Amino acid sequence: MADLFSQIQYYLGFTFVQRALIAGILISLCAALLGVSLVLKRYSMIGDGLSHVGFGATAIAAVLNLTDASLYVSIPIVVISAFFLLRINENTKIKGDAAIGIISSGALAVGTVIISFTNGLNTDVCNYLFGSPLTMTKSDVYLSVALSIVVLLLFVLFYNKIFAVTFDESFMKATGLRANLYNTVIAVLTAVTIVLGMKVMGALLISALIIFPAVSSMRVCKSFLAVTVSSAVIAVVCFIIGLAVSCVYVSPAGYTLPTGATIVIINIVVFLVLSAVKKITTLKKK
Amino acid sequence: MSLISCKNLSVAYDGKTVVNNLSFSVDEGDAVCIVGENGSGKTTLMKSLLGLVKTSGGCIEFSGGLFQSEIGYLPQQTEVQKDFPASVNEIVLSGCLNKTKGPFFSKKEKAKAAYNMELLGITHLKKRCYQELSGGQQQRVLLARALCATKKILLLDEPVAGLDPIVTAELYDLIKKLNREDKLTVIMVSHDIPGSMDIANKILHLNHNGSFFGTTDEYEKSDFGKHFLGGGANG
Repeated sequence: MADLFSQIQYYLGFTFVQRALIAGILISLCAALLGVSLVLKRYSMIGDGLSHVGFGATAIAAVLNLTDASLYVSIPIVVISAFFLLRINENTKIKGDAAIGIISSGALAVGTVIISFTNGLNTDVCNYLFGSPLTMTKSDVYLSVALSIVVLLLFVLFYNKIFAVTFDESFMKATGLRANLYNTVIAVLTAVTIVLGMKVMGALLISALIIFPAVSSMRVCKSFLAVTVSSAVIAVVCFIIGLAVSCVYVSPAGYTLPTGATIVIINIVVFLVLSAVKKITTLKKK
Repeated sequence: MSLISCKNLSVAYDGKTVVNNLSFSVDEGDAVCIVGENGSGKTTLMKSLLGLVKTSGGCIEFSGGLFQSEIGYLPQQTEVQKDFPASVNEIVLSGCLNKTKGPFFSKKEKAKAAYNMELLGITHLKKRCYQELSGGQQQRVLLARALCATKKILLLDEPVAGLDPIVTAELYDLIKKLNREDKLTVIMVSHDIPGSMDIANKILHLNHNGSFFGTTDEYEKSDFGKHFLGGGANG
């Protein structure tokens, strides 16, 4: 046990681990908070769609030789597609899931084709698909920290409205409130969170940060506030444990574990445990 | 004094005109029931009054100091709400949002939510989770939320759908009390015509080929009323 602690201490000495830890905690927090609303609004897969757009945008940045500043390219593009996704849902015959499917697979295809114009599929691309929090640069971390703090602040300020627009959009509109404005707020905050989260979790796994904490806490919590707070806690705890395990544990084949995937697996474990807790408590009541 | 008046109103739903050239007005203190068969456009008409659906012709006028932010609305339950993790208190409070200035609820608004929960007899459920409540309790919660949003007018969309007869009667009594004692104007969509007759002073009957608007007495004497009320008694 003491050995484990000293090992963790050893890893915390590295700046890249510190960076991953700080940025990762903040991003998991944002994703978990927004996730509650997205899951309840049946928009869970929006994370998937937008992260693939983020992948496409990163590919474009690579072609334009802007790899170091890729966040500055992908954030605006993803925010715009988030708007676009909402519009599709409201006004057209293509409904939510299909719209997300079109955008997500379309953007992935475009991104993959664009990458072949540069140097083909390499580790960089692999990092974008599966995440690599340990390769975040200093400026990535600063931007992530700044933007996640903005997301968190806006979430707190709009909390009551986000609740209302999640629970009952038409009541909100009918009583003279601008529900579409608050939907847009959710979409923009989600877009920003996803682009930042891609660095940590990768385009293919970022949805997990949005969905798992929310569904896990919905197993046991009875109010929106409790669900929100507990999913924030679950997200942060799972991130820290996942990062620690992926740093410390070495597989029998001699490799460390991929961080993003390890975090998702910890989330799955928490989900299963809380589902079991719910089963047991409902059985007891009967 | 008239609160809402509709002139030659037409509303379309999914490209199909469901309400055609309809004129009626709702006065302060009225209890208007909108009845008619399924698909006759009752809910669509209500949504157009609420500004949720665009009208395709004619106009809806609010008067007598009525604004959109003073409408209380009891919608039909949505799929999303059935497994929604929210406490009763959170839902009722959210009705106050159209009055809040800042990002958070003030003491006054919290007091109003508490008052309305007391009025509807759901104070003891305050901390309970919405999805665990019975159908009648859920309707009371949504009604309390609607009361937080309004002092003047309540629009109720099928408030007793899916409730058992005892709970239905309780809810009708409650709506009647809000209309008679608390002086709230009520517009209610229902397909329970006998129940509506008890609450309403005016009936708006929508039908695919024409409509009726008038007092309950006039309705009973009209061909519309004879047909539907007679049908109700026999069936």
